[in-house]
Amino acid sequence: MPRMTMIEAIRSALDVAMGRDDNVVVYGEDVGFFGGVFRCTQGLQQKYGVSRCFDAPISESGIVGTAIGMAAYGLRPCVEIQFADYMYPAYDQIVSEAARLRYRSSGDFTCPLVIRMPTGGGIFGGQTHSQSPEALFTHVAGLKTVVPSNPHDAKGLLIAAIEDPDPVIFLEPKRLYNGPFDGHHDRPVTAWSRHELSEVPEGHYTTPLGKAVTRRQGEAVTILAYGTMVHVALAAVEETGVDAEVIDLRTLIPLDLETIATSVARTGRCIVLHEATLTSGFGAELAALVQEHCFYHLEAPVMRVTGWDTPYPHAQEWDYFPGPARLGQALRDLVEIR
Amino acid sequence: MNSLTPLRFHVPEPASRPGGKPDFSGVAIPKAGSTRRPPVDVAPEEIRDLAYSIIRVLNHEGQAIGPWVPDLTQDELVAGLRHMMTLRTFDSRMQMAQRQGKTSFYMQHTGEEAVSCAFRIALGPDDMNFPTYRQAGLLIAHDYPLVDMMCQIYSNANDPMKGRQLPVFYSSRKHGFFSISGNLATQFVQAVGWAMASAIKGDSRIAAAWIGDGSTAESDFHAALVFASTYKAPVVLNVVNNQWAISTFQGIARGGSGTFAARGLGFGIPALRVDGNDYLATYAVAKWAIERARLNLGPTLIEYVTYRAGAHSTSDDPSAYRPKHESEEWPLGDPVIRLKQHLIAAGAWSEQRHKQTEAEILATVIAAQKEAESFGTLHSGSKPSSRDIFEDVYSELPPHLRRQRQQIGV
Repeated sequence: MPRMTMIEAIRSALDVAMGRDDNVVVYGEDVGFFGGVFRCTQGLQQKYGVSRCFDAPISESGIVGTAIGMAAYGLRPCVEIQFADYMYPAYDQIVSEAARLRYRSSGDFTCPLVIRMPTGGGIFGGQTHSQSPEALFTHVAGLKTVVPSNPHDAKGLLIAAIEDPDPVIFLEPKRLYNGPFDGHHDRPVTAWSRHELSEVPEGHYTTPLGKAVTRRQGEAVTILAYGTMVHVALAAVEETGVDAEVIDLRTLIPLDLETIATSVARTGRCIVLHEATLTSGFGAELAALVQEHCFYHLEAPVMRVTGWDTPYPHAQEWDYFPGPARLGQALRDLVEIR
Repeated sequence: MNSLTPLRFHVPEPASRPGGKPDFSGVAIPKAGSTRRPPVDVAPEEIRDLAYSIIRVLNHEGQAIGPWVPDLTQDELVAGLRHMMTLRTFDSRMQMAQRQGKTSFYMQHTGEEAVSCAFRIALGPDDMNFPTYRQAGLLIAHDYPLVDMMCQIYSNANDPMKGRQLPVFYSSRKHGFFSISGNLATQFVQAVGWAMASAIKGDSRIAAAWIGDGSTAESDFHAALVFASTYKAPVVLNVVNNQWAISTFQGIARGGSGTFAARGLGFGIPALRVDGNDYLATYAVAKWAIERARLNLGPTLIEYVTYRAGAHSTSDDPSAYRPKHESEEWPLGDPVIRLKQHLIAAGAWSEQRHKQTEAEILATVIAAQKEAESFGTLHSGSKPSSRDIFEDVYSELPPHLRRQRQQIGV
């Protein structure tokens, strides 16, 4: 089986989806001729023509707004917002329109649309190339929100998202584009080729939306993570020796509550981990659900390790990013609570 | 010491306010028949004048004159008159129903009937409109059942929108009427996307976008024009300038000079301004733009110059911000009366037939209303199911919504 980076896996997913269904169209800023600023759409215009993969004006609301119209027509647009940090001009179209079209028209019109956006920090991206706005999507009824953590899932989830009849926000952790990253910024970058989940089938397959996966089984505590933080969690577990179970949520909405609750009911402890800011972040929802569904099994408070409640800084990147040291400390603190 | 002149902040004001005399001296009205009709493949820069003039067909005597006289038969014009009269009667009955507490909200079209009724006739059956909340003529002129419209307004068990939407937010794919949203201008750019999709698939259908004067200030108006221009999308971009955005006169959205049509020129989009109260002119201009789109010549922007004679909605009182009798002074008159006069002048209509038709339409609308009310109104009779709260959020009910539905016991 070929090995792919996350970029190659995403490109392969788009290629497969476009090859299977003429209604799949791909566009966004710099997506066409150039192949995307992260190379995710490289070669697609050449292969499928300008009417299937094309460059768009710099207008996020225009990109998403036209895509909603296309989806209502019957196409399956998969559009790109260059950075998740720049989705705000499209937020009205996403929240008021894409998310509600099926509901408000009683299914008369639907919106099978995927909006891809590179997300997350750890790349010295500063305030507007590092944000993790997933909570702004999970709060919206009618949207599905997906965050892959490796090439294999990225391809399977993206094909599933494109084939899904509902609008899907597909957040791609750009720190993971070229290789896994566990938060050890002082160590050399590793390539995906050395990671088992870089083995990606060339053809069509899907990774179902709404299903989490357990990346490491453990008994002492459950760590709920997604995207880059999955790798941070695995590193911190190894370094602390705490026998933690690491769950990669993969899909935030719909959420695989069953996998989460089953795990926490067994371990009795839970840490929620995300890059996004703490207050009203998706971790708050996870903590509340765990509390509600596992109350009698909990032996300690649910903890959250997240980005600080500040804009994402530039120079202080590694004081901001919730890396393995911070998670490791939380793990040690948590297992000591009696 | 500062020798510079202090800057002054400018806020546009309408010509008159409550208690004042209506003043439309600022609205330049060209003579009917005086505006040229260019070929549909004209370059936008060659018809700059049409973005600053007003295309008119019907003169004061009700005669159709000039190069824009459309090829509508007298029977078709009578049908158009009936559509407008039906919309007006429908409006007054639903306005009254709201006052009687049978629904929470209503929005009338008074004075703007020609715009949507004529456009629908010019459009093909499979084309798609992306309307605002003030184009119900698109449905009425396409024979959408009045009872279904009323059931939507009453949010009863037969409401096609299952009680989820505010009154007048209709949707009918079958009738080329895209689902209405409360968020202004969003549909303008979606229409462009629908048109792009039709072009991508090599289809022959076109899209029609709709927006009011006030909402042109929204950023999606700009986005729509950019995308329509870039991709030469087969779309007609309709701006209905009824002079008012709730209490705000159109100068706040437009500024002191230029026209809404002229905004198209900067995007390289041919732009026309038309007398929105002249059914014949409105139809002719719509037809011209639709033909352009159909021939793959790209988008057209049309500004319909009209006047919102009624209140903004049932929640609005216009006497608080404009002269009470301003609508009576509107120089382009009333679209129903003008078409009626034209038909009478042409010998195809009479006062007697008009009265008779009014009575017939009223009876039809009342019958539809009785039928709709037999299914229920907002606070009495049958209601959409509580289960409908949870359906259609997604294609399938996800686990968290299943749990929430169980919580309310349905």
